[in-house]
Amino acid sequence: MHTNSLYQEVILDHNRKPRNYGKLDHASHHATGHNPLCGDRLDITLQLEDDQINNIAFQGESCAICKASASMMTAAVKGKSRANAETLIHEFRELATGKLDTNQPHHLGRLTVFSGIRDLPTRVKCAILPWHTLHAALNSLDSASTEADDSAPTMPDHS
Amino acid sequence: MTPANASLKSDVSSSPDWEKIRADFPILQLHIDGKPLAYLDNAASSQMPQQVIDRLVRYQTTQHANINRAVHYLSEVATLEYHNARCKLQQFINAREDREVIFTSGTTDSINLVMHGYGRKFIKAGDEIILTTLEHHSNIVPWQMLANEKGATICVVPVNDKGELEVDEYEKLFNERTKFVGLIHVSNALGTINPIKGMIDFAHRHGVPVLIDGAQAAPHITIDVQALDCDFYTFSAHKLCGPTGIGILYGKAALLEAMQPFKGGGDMITSVTFEKTIYNTIPHKFEAGTPPIAAAIGFGAAVDYLTAIGIEQIAAYELGLLKYATACLNDIPGVRIIGTAAEKTAVISFAIDGIHPHDIGTILNQDGVAVRTGHHCAQPVMQRFNVPATSRASFAFYNKKTEVDALVAGIKTVQKIFL
Repeated sequence: MHTNSLYQEVILDHNRKPRNYGKLDHASHHATGHNPLCGDRLDITLQLEDDQINNIAFQGESCAICKASASMMTAAVKGKSRANAETLIHEFRELATGKLDTNQPHHLGRLTVFSGIRDLPTRVKCAILPWHTLHAALNSLDSASTEADDSAPTMPDHS
Repeated sequence: MTPANASLKSDVSSSPDWEKIRADFPILQLHIDGKPLAYLDNAASSQMPQQVIDRLVRYQTTQHANINRAVHYLSEVATLEYHNARCKLQQFINAREDREVIFTSGTTDSINLVMHGYGRKFIKAGDEIILTTLEHHSNIVPWQMLANEKGATICVVPVNDKGELEVDEYEKLFNERTKFVGLIHVSNALGTINPIKGMIDFAHRHGVPVLIDGAQAAPHITIDVQALDCDFYTFSAHKLCGPTGIGILYGKAALLEAMQPFKGGGDMITSVTFEKTIYNTIPHKFEAGTPPIAAAIGFGAAVDYLTAIGIEQIAAYELGLLKYATACLNDIPGVRIIGTAAEKTAVISFAIDGIHPHDIGTILNQDGVAVRTGHHCAQPVMQRFNVPATSRASFAFYNKKTEVDALVAGIKTVQKIFL
């Protein structure tokens, strides 16, 4: 794949101006995500009320792919139910690892901009880290690691 | 010197034909996304010349059998070639005896061997082990495991802002509890060449043995273990144009003989009953099971190849690349080189303001430029310089200035995309 198809303007924009960046003072749930391969860290705080995500924020040190993924994720799940968020988490992981058929109905909307990541196996974990962390926060797990991901990345085609 | 390598060093005084040498490496002809490959990740693993590939093919097609066992022809040939490889490594590092060279699976395995074989026998509760901030994880984690098991303590030598070891602080760490020093010869993350000779001498004045992690030094610096007087020295073949999965541990014979075996099994014994095992002599005591015979022979061919060019010629050429690349990167606003030691090998770790190394690596890859991005398995170094990770361009003798130019152009593309 050509890298420009990954670093599209929408991703670059979310990297430059991340939405929902920061930390909620009165979070009901939180988790820290960690990618031990590169040392990236991500903190997610959210307010869950009646199983609905009323507010969510993230902060941390990470690459553009991870930051944009986190930014777009927070925008996508804010106001959604826990069940809807879990559906998005599942679909995003399937998308990033090349297992989602985007021609079939799904709920990802603009998040499909990350579909090109499946061709860069070393970067898949960057995109998935925020979603792992959100899953951990929703399930009251303090931390998440990309190394818990059992998805097998595909090899890039450089022929 | 094999006939295939003879042309490399017909005249010691003249500069080698670097273009011709580059042509020995078939992988360098690859294109990535339509761009010629600029392989600048040599500190992670170097590429293999056709001469080494051919040697591996010759072994597999005409010489393979298990060693040290049968009396048939192929077993004798394989045993002899395996032994010859050990002798080549002995000469490469100027060890006194071939039995002081142990084949291991690589640097990490070697350090673990010393930890288990020497450390677990001789280091006790309350003892102190000196390491440096520059160590690779492979020379930290085994000693932490030992320290946790024994109740020993790790003491760490700091570095200055250039990435040079603070030798005065090293000397202050010594006391009667100091029992071992683990010291990286060349930093994989920064390229710093450490003043190991003086540090070894100082440790010996306190009766303390020293292990040198030479994984990043052996490809670029002539290693003379007798001149250094180090107690242990280790490196891996795959950073010296050889195969993966093989390396050596050099150890002084008296120390190796005093150590307990690390792994038990076949070939490391002279006799076994269910009541008692008598261990073999060195080096066999530390080479349990069937070793990577082909890889060892390939390792021997690789050091033949490098020796034919000349390590000093290689170092001089790479220093030229380092100077050129350093000047080029210093000219780019927003690029900061981390690790500016006076004595360096051809490694440039750098950060670009506001851009994560992983994004840099991905965009450079688009231009065919292969660099390493991450913490380089040296997280204490990253913490010292307050960065989560860096991008690292590391050069070999088959690299050329146009590949530095490709790196520079790639960095400018990165900045255009992200800034």
